[in-house]
Amino acid sequence: MIQLSWTSIRASKSYLIPGIILLIVLIILAALPTFGSKYSIIFLSTIYMYIVLTTSWVMFSGPTRQISLATAVFFGIGIYVAAILGMHLPLVVMVLIGGLTSAVMALLVGGLTLRLKGVYFTIFTFGLLELIKNLLNWYEVTFTGTRGRFVVVVDNNAIYLYMLAIVVLTLLTAFLIRRSKYGLALQSIGEQEEAAAHIGINVTLMKVSAFAISAFFMGAAGAVMATRWTYIDPFMAFNMNYSFTPVLMAIFGGAGQLGGVVLGAIFFAYLEQILITKYPYYYMLIFGIVMVVSILYLPNGLAGVFQKWRLRTVGGGNAHS
Amino acid sequence: MPILEGQGVTKYFGGLAAVSDVDFHVDQGEIVGLIGPNGAGKTTLFGLISAALVPNSGTIKFKGENITGLKPHIICRMGLARTFQSVKVFPDMPVISNVTLGVHFGSRQKVTSAQAAQQATRLLEFVDLSGRATVPAKDLTLVNQKMLEVARALATKPEIILLDEIMAGLNSTEIAQSMELVSKIRAQGITIFMIEHVMKAIMSVCDRIMVLDHGKKIAEGTPQEIATSKTVVEVYLGE
Amino acid sequence: MLVTILDVGIAGLLMGGLYALIAMGLSLQYGVARVLNIGHGEFIMLGALATWSLHTVLGISPLLSLVVCAPAGFILGYILHRTLYKRLMVTSDSPGIFEGNSMLASFGLLFIIQNLAYLIWGTRYKAYSYLAVPVNLGGALFPANSLVTLGFSLLIGVVFYIFLVRTRMGKAIRAAAQDSSTAGLMGVNINFVLALCFGLGVAMAACAGMLISMNYSVFPSMGMEYTVIAIIVVVLGGLGSIPGSFIGGIILGVIGSIVTYFDAGLALVAYYVIFILLLLLKPTGLMGK
Repeated sequence: MIQLSWTSIRASKSYLIPGIILLIVLIILAALPTFGSKYSIIFLSTIYMYIVLTTSWVMFSGPTRQISLATAVFFGIGIYVAAILGMHLPLVVMVLIGGLTSAVMALLVGGLTLRLKGVYFTIFTFGLLELIKNLLNWYEVTFTGTRGRFVVVVDNNAIYLYMLAIVVLTLLTAFLIRRSKYGLALQSIGEQEEAAAHIGINVTLMKVSAFAISAFFMGAAGAVMATRWTYIDPFMAFNMNYSFTPVLMAIFGGAGQLGGVVLGAIFFAYLEQILITKYPYYYMLIFGIVMVVSILYLPNGLAGVFQKWRLRTVGGGNAHS
Repeated sequence: MPILEGQGVTKYFGGLAAVSDVDFHVDQGEIVGLIGPNGAGKTTLFGLISAALVPNSGTIKFKGENITGLKPHIICRMGLARTFQSVKVFPDMPVISNVTLGVHFGSRQKVTSAQAAQQATRLLEFVDLSGRATVPAKDLTLVNQKMLEVARALATKPEIILLDEIMAGLNSTEIAQSMELVSKIRAQGITIFMIEHVMKAIMSVCDRIMVLDHGKKIAEGTPQEIATSKTVVEVYLGE
Repeated sequence: MLVTILDVGIAGLLMGGLYALIAMGLSLQYGVARVLNIGHGEFIMLGALATWSLHTVLGISPLLSLVVCAPAGFILGYILHRTLYKRLMVTSDSPGIFEGNSMLASFGLLFIIQNLAYLIWGTRYKAYSYLAVPVNLGGALFPANSLVTLGFSLLIGVVFYIFLVRTRMGKAIRAAAQDSSTAGLMGVNINFVLALCFGLGVAMAACAGMLISMNYSVFPSMGMEYTVIAIIVVVLGGLGSIPGSFIGGIILGVIGSIVTYFDAGLALVAYYVIFILLLLLKPTGLMGK
């Protein structure tokens, strides 16, 4: 896989050559269903999912430095939307509704709680996941009498192409945000919130909107991936893994840069594929070990995700040498 | 009509009144000084004006409009800017980005990136930081960070600027340069309300001075009047 | 009617005592060492399953196995802090980053411990019967093991409180909880105290696990529920206040008992709602700073 580094893009002073390379890669990936094996299609779809979740997570938590563990919430909402609506609507609409529902949820939740400082916000998002999981479970048991729903089956190639489209959109959005003054404002909020407010930045609006945008992509991804599981229940849909894995991948990626995120996604997806059916407990065990080791020994860790978020994309790179 | 005024402004922290029933006003074009012993409530008053804090009672008006209870970013856009006593630059960003942010968000006008960069560059020249434009703000000396804050505040095109101890920790050459900077700011038509401990600077630069002690206003007048006021001298010597 | 109230009330206290115990452990870890140990519940689970094994395989009474499990938990926690979290303290740029990193590391530990437990003990629920004789209290019947649980939790809570307030080490811990760097400057061996607190937290978790195993069935994934409850109680009592966690635990237990009376499935939901309301309205909790 081509390692994309922002500094090399900037150094070339034009986006022409990297742009062409990207386009070629994109065309190959889009054409994969015609010549690739079923296994590789499914495998890549999983990788795309992790890339979307990680990139969306970094989109908000990177600049604002507020660690959200709500990724699984928004992903799960997308899954549930697909489950509830799936039989009646085309996939595109479902994906949009999934994304929008998550975004609206993020607006509500964010509006209420983004003013919570530091660890309180993180704990809140963690608690939110558990709340929704148990609330939905109670609701399903008490009212609909079922636990779990059946999802309409969609063919793997469709899942693949939809996920590819979402990946491209997510990466594009993340890239544009980073380069824009909106992204700069977000970063200033993370660095020194009070000063940001005093130079005219509407802190609440910025934070909530970034939170909602990132939630949209998580929800969209959920709506697509739901169709892969034929049966889901609240505990499967709202799984803590989807909150922590993106964080781990971002750390792995060292500042959430594209290359590292992709490598991390491939690594974990591969690990999952090999182990999860035959040795699920070994898979999770290794996952835990990798997590601990990464946090202990990777040079930048969480700090790198925050501090280097924008530096590499725009002009600041040379400031750091 | 004063460009900035407050009546009965009060702020409690727990049981302690940090600012107690303070009336004040700043007229357009003036340079007003705010002095007082440590803990007198000066920075708290600035915080109440800029809406970093919410007063327990009292009203604050800017350009005739009641701004009590508005959010800081709205007040900034109306034309009031401030610097912070404990310097609050954006540490991991280049110096120039600190300023371009102020240009983009601080006023109601829309600018392109190129225009913003131009304005930021000019502002950095204004405070003599041009050579450090691409350095991350955290790598600046404290003095330069204070200058950066001033540039950033000016980027928001304020009509009045609240300067909080920009001369703290400066040597006499630097103080003289700061005093010049204050004059230059006034020359741009910007009203200045400043907190300072450096007496000679305050006395020579300000049109009028307000004195706070234990949250209450105890004196107000020209530098002459303040320098000769018994109450003020006692308050300072009695510390 | 009175019997019902007594029933619900005492059940609440039983639950509450347990909650208080698990929350105090977490409170020690977060309040002093600033580690938000998401893996707290896993140590509870280890204590529970170890007790089960000792009882069913070796026939050792749970109360007696505490003699082994509690110190083992303490040592485990102490070592974990001296190796893992201490290193994180060194590599993290700021307290905020440290809290984030240590929370993530704890999550990794959660995975490791839980899945080791799956590999050792398998997925099936396990239970044993011990002191299951009913005791009559004012007309309501309670199993003896529940009463022992309550008694134990209260005992540990009170002993620990005395320890915190009356002993030199306790004072050092309270100082470190307020401001660890200053405490270090005042001559407190801060590395030792932080690791000690973390170890004590794990020991308390092991005790709680033992008590839980006496009353309920145990299985490797039981931990998370208790972790979340512990977090809720710690926030309710006030982050950083250990007495607060104790009181918060009792309160939450009683509330849980009342809600369970009406609809058992809603107890957890009620806890979360309380939690979210707390965070929104009074994040510092009952006794927090």
